[in-house]
Amino acid sequence: MGNNEYVIEAENLVKKFGSFVANDNLTFKVEKGEIFGFLGANGAGKTTAIRILCGLLLPTSGKITVAGQNVYTQTEAIKKQIGYMSQRFSLYEDLTINENFRFYGGIYGMSRIKIKEKTAEMLDRLGIESLKNSIVASLPLGIRQKLSFSVAIMHSPQIVFLDEPTGGVDPITRRQFWELIYEAAAKGITVFVTTHYMDEAEYCNRVSIMVDGRIEALDTPRNLKDKFQAKNMDEVFLKLARKAG
Amino acid sequence: MLPIIFIIPIVQLLILSYAVTFEIKSIKLSITDNDNTVASRRLTGHFRSSPFYNIVGESSDQRDGAEMLHKGSAHQMIVLLPGFEKALVKGQPAHVQVVTDAINGSAAALMNAYTLQIIYDYNREILAEVSPLAGLPVKLTWSYWFNPQLDYKTYMVPGILVLLVTIIGMFLSGMNVVREKELGTIEQINVTPIRKHQFIAGKLIPFWIIALFELAIGLLVARLVFSIPILGNIFLIFLVASVYLLVVMGIGLFISTLTNTQQQSMFISWFVLVIFILMSGLFTPAESMPQWAQNLNMINPIAYFISIIRMIMLKGSGIQDIMIPLLILAGYGSAVLSLSVWRYRKTI
Amino acid sequence: MKQFVIKEFLHIFRDVRSMVILFGMPLVQVLLFGYAITNEVKDVKVSVIDQSYDYASQAVVNKLFASGYFLKGEHISSTSEIEESFRKGENKMVVVIGPDFAGKLETGQQPSIQLIADASDPNTANLLVSYASGIINAYSRELIPAANIPVIVPESRMLYNPSLRSVYMFVPGIITILLMLVSAMMTSISIAREKELGTMEVLLVSPLKPFQIVAGKVMPYVLLSFINAGSILILSYYIFNVPINGSLLLLLGETILFILLALSLGIFISTISNNQQTAMMLSMFALMLPTILLSGFIFPIENMPAVLQWFSLIMPPRWFITIIKSIMLKGSGIEYFWKETLILAGMTLVFILASIKKFKIRLA
Repeated sequence: MGNNEYVIEAENLVKKFGSFVANDNLTFKVEKGEIFGFLGANGAGKTTAIRILCGLLLPTSGKITVAGQNVYTQTEAIKKQIGYMSQRFSLYEDLTINENFRFYGGIYGMSRIKIKEKTAEMLDRLGIESLKNSIVASLPLGIRQKLSFSVAIMHSPQIVFLDEPTGGVDPITRRQFWELIYEAAAKGITVFVTTHYMDEAEYCNRVSIMVDGRIEALDTPRNLKDKFQAKNMDEVFLKLARKAG
Repeated sequence: MLPIIFIIPIVQLLILSYAVTFEIKSIKLSITDNDNTVASRRLTGHFRSSPFYNIVGESSDQRDGAEMLHKGSAHQMIVLLPGFEKALVKGQPAHVQVVTDAINGSAAALMNAYTLQIIYDYNREILAEVSPLAGLPVKLTWSYWFNPQLDYKTYMVPGILVLLVTIIGMFLSGMNVVREKELGTIEQINVTPIRKHQFIAGKLIPFWIIALFELAIGLLVARLVFSIPILGNIFLIFLVASVYLLVVMGIGLFISTLTNTQQQSMFISWFVLVIFILMSGLFTPAESMPQWAQNLNMINPIAYFISIIRMIMLKGSGIQDIMIPLLILAGYGSAVLSLSVWRYRKTI
Repeated sequence: MKQFVIKEFLHIFRDVRSMVILFGMPLVQVLLFGYAITNEVKDVKVSVIDQSYDYASQAVVNKLFASGYFLKGEHISSTSEIEESFRKGENKMVVVIGPDFAGKLETGQQPSIQLIADASDPNTANLLVSYASGIINAYSRELIPAANIPVIVPESRMLYNPSLRSVYMFVPGIITILLMLVSAMMTSISIAREKELGTMEVLLVSPLKPFQIVAGKVMPYVLLSFINAGSILILSYYIFNVPINGSLLLLLGETILFILLALSLGIFISTISNNQQTAMMLSMFALMLPTILLSGFIFPIENMPAVLQWFSLIMPPRWFITIIKSIMLKGSGIEYFWKETLILAGMTLVFILASIKKFKIRLA
């Protein structure tokens, strides 16, 4: 591949389920350390694309590499380089915070000392060290969400995939969550995030907007707003959707 | 949901009624006849000609029969030693060994009883030949009332009907309430002005009706498919069933107040149900259990209903015969329902 | 992998209620079967209508009640009350001794005794009549002057379980059910739960191989099932004296084979169900009921209709129950059930292959 600038490269990605085309010829590149927003309404094909990039689904066709590895043949190598936070919480609710960290650290092959260090660091960052032995189910939604993210990046992956990470959380927690994302990006972790909150798009370095399985626009938020003469991303999206509909 | 509620019980009734029986219609018998005389051959001939026996082995070495029992290819063996006829002629006791695989005690006891019956019959037969007038000094006759064919299904089907009704009453109603808890819809209901007992009544009445309806279907199947007699008053059965349902629903509801997830509720219901069923006398004679176990049965609603429904259906017992257990069930039902309504209020 | 097993144990131990049931249930069942539930017919209420009431008839009555099978039930004085007493459930059998019993005996006129049984419970009725006629016949044989009268004396021997105790039959059955419950049902539910909660995706995205995920999930259950089966064996051996006549090693080996089978079945169920509810229902109806009914656990398979008998052939518990009964009660060696063992091994293979196939499809 050679090009270290791009950590994700997709060329003509197509995914069909029977006759239904979920992803129609997607082409995009994500730079290292970038926060890449993957936007679209529910059912636009975001989750399908993210699953392909993570190696959960095989694409129908297209040339795709993640962290320099081919998604058809090198999924195992890819898995070592990525973190993933799904729409639903990835934490085990009947385990404590500490136990969750230990488990996830363990499956990524981290040493026990390293896990301890990371856990302390993460909890310190969130200011919830006192809660480390609480059962996850007893924690408020906002904290669980931030923990899910911390768990997803505790093994310092090259890329972290966030699938609708902020669903159902209040605006203040969402803002705090995005601060975590910025910190991760500052450390060189590429963030690939899907969302249907258009205001969150403003936080991304670049966004792609999907409508009905196709990428209708891909640029920085500022450029998109200029191009569509919109006050905010919401308007950009509405104009795009209307065009498509 | 609807097909599950209606089809599964019927399938269960059909399968259970055929599967649940200790009776061995065809006893696999191994014969060792070392006497090999007219008398011994006449005795073994009785087994050969009986439709209830299947002669799977004949050998002069009784170790072969023992081996068959060991392998499970025979249920039972009879051994006639040399001198059988001689003893009979001389009027000395002529011994016959009957060896039964007794791992399943119930089946073994029955098989043994059948075989002894045949031997006794043969004995009476030769006795009559020797001295037509004499015979045994006492003339013994017997009759089986209410079920002269000794049909095991007649006995089991009413009990299985009880199981069907119980599963609906206890499982579904309890699970339904826990489901609301799990989904969080219960909070929605709690903010409405509805009273707790109204809510619970609203939850239970549908299942109460479904269970009674299912009983009706079950009775129909019992009557048409299995020709089970219904000697007593059919309305009495429904009366008892409606009272009984209050008890099991109360128990189901009570379990639901103790649990937070459907899985837990299902586990606990299952646990309680299995113990109740095993102790109820559905499969094994309850009156032969030790006294403490019978005392325990006083809080076992299934035991009451099974004995009542068998009395009504098979013996035509009337309301005066079942008054006491019915009143106990009624008291039990109101107690357990009020307990769970009260508990319910507290848990929310 | 190690972390995985630790995590799985944490899940199990934190769900106290399920744990209590999982471990309590089999123990309670063994105790119930050992102490309370019996196949024997004894202490059954029987009433005598003695129309003679002389020394001979009273001798018969005494012999009947001395046998231990019968208890004196509600007293009735005429045959017209029999039906009423059956209907109320006060008596299970009535013995009617005809008039002038002793007098007829002395003159050789064959006095009559009639046994009337409430056959709404046919098994009990059959056994009651058989016991009572045995006793009465024995009595009447004693009266025969040692003349030339042919008498056959049957000697019944109950093999493997001389006192007809139900524990003997139920212990193998309960072990089987338990292994099914813990291994198959719990595994399938716990995998389905990961799917339902979405944590399965995260595991799949991790560098763990599917094989490692599955192995990590089932390991704790193997251990639990084994401990559970062991405790039942110990309990039944020391408290109820259920023998282990065959090789203990062989028994444990076959148990491990069956646990593997149950686990592969559980994994298979979880690959075809997407949430806990489905996994639970499938396990309940596809595993529990047939395990109890069609395995020969309680009810002999031979008398079921052919369809059910064919059906029982594909029930893994059927073969396992045959094996443990042979080892424990008959003391047989592998030469008696190598066929059953092969069948179990074959079934395990089939389920493992089917699950691998299913699992791959989900990943594709």
